[in-house]
Amino acid sequence: MELVKCSNVNKNFNNKKILKNINLTIPRGKIIGLLGKNGTGKTTLIKLINDLLTPTSGEILVNGEKIGINSKKVISYLPERTYLDKSMSVSEVIEYFSDFYNDFDSKKAKKLLKDLDLDISQKLAKMSKGMQEKVQLVLVMSRKADLYILDEPLGGVDPATRDYILDTILTNFNEGASVLISTHLIADIERILDEVIFIDNGKIILQSDTDELRKTEDGSIDEIFRRMFKC
Amino acid sequence: MKFEFDNNIPIYVQLVEQLKMYIISGKIKPGERLPSVRDLALQSRVNPNTMQKALVELEEMNLVYTERTNGRFVTNDQKLIDKYKQDYAKEVSNKYFLNMERIGFDKTTTIDYLNKLGGIK
Repeated sequence: MELVKCSNVNKNFNNKKILKNINLTIPRGKIIGLLGKNGTGKTTLIKLINDLLTPTSGEILVNGEKIGINSKKVISYLPERTYLDKSMSVSEVIEYFSDFYNDFDSKKAKKLLKDLDLDISQKLAKMSKGMQEKVQLVLVMSRKADLYILDEPLGGVDPATRDYILDTILTNFNEGASVLISTHLIADIERILDEVIFIDNGKIILQSDTDELRKTEDGSIDEIFRRMFKC
Repeated sequence: MKFEFDNNIPIYVQLVEQLKMYIISGKIKPGERLPSVRDLALQSRVNPNTMQKALVELEEMNLVYTERTNGRFVTNDQKLIDKYKQDYAKEVSNKYFLNMERIGFDKTTTIDYLNKLGGIK
């Protein structure tokens, strides 16, 4: 059974069609890149899978079930913008997550934060944007989920931190779990992707094995993407 | 182990090539146990599935083998390793001669040139 299956999913805002007839499956045990220009529907699709928006029509199944409480239990989601209360300290946020999610491993979170030299007694509001992003990623990767959905995890962080983020994703990528990463920073991330999904203007343009695509189109994913979506 | 990648070429192809180099250069010894797929993937910062694919290919080349519970090992077949080494030497040399031909050096001239460069003659 597929981890996620979207069938004929449409999403309109007022009369504007944002997603058009999306058919998509996310297999188990893969790292998948959701690649598209700004404003092409990446975040909308992610929010639909996370049950934060409702499709105008069509169906989304997670582990064969309609999305809802059970799908939220197995999906660990890193949104584009943080939703954490910035007056909380990191250790308070860790407690909050432990209360909220059965699969949250607070020991692991503390270890990862220690590796990053982050002081867990510090309040989020006192941290730089990059530090806050790291904390958020650590929280998301410290759940034992079936699916990790990371919306633009690399935006706004320096190249060294990007490497750290990629390593964290790779280290915490358990057998059987999948990771869906949306980004437009393709060159930085393409090496770790099993599969890519290209989305443009609300439609899935292609879904392919990364190395296959490099072979058939003869180039890096970044280059193929630029070729396909030249402005 | 260190790996370097060019995003234009399938990653598993490059992994196969670079792991083969480690073996034929003797940096990993015959019979030596390889780190786990996960560790290799982390060291090289690639996806574990991609590393797995590369190792399966090396198995098909008989350069590594799996012992069911113990993990993966480099072959003990020195003859086979030598054969891959010869193939590699040939490939690199042919490429070199081809490049020299492009600038008008025929084989004899190139060999003379090499001898001079190496201080043999």
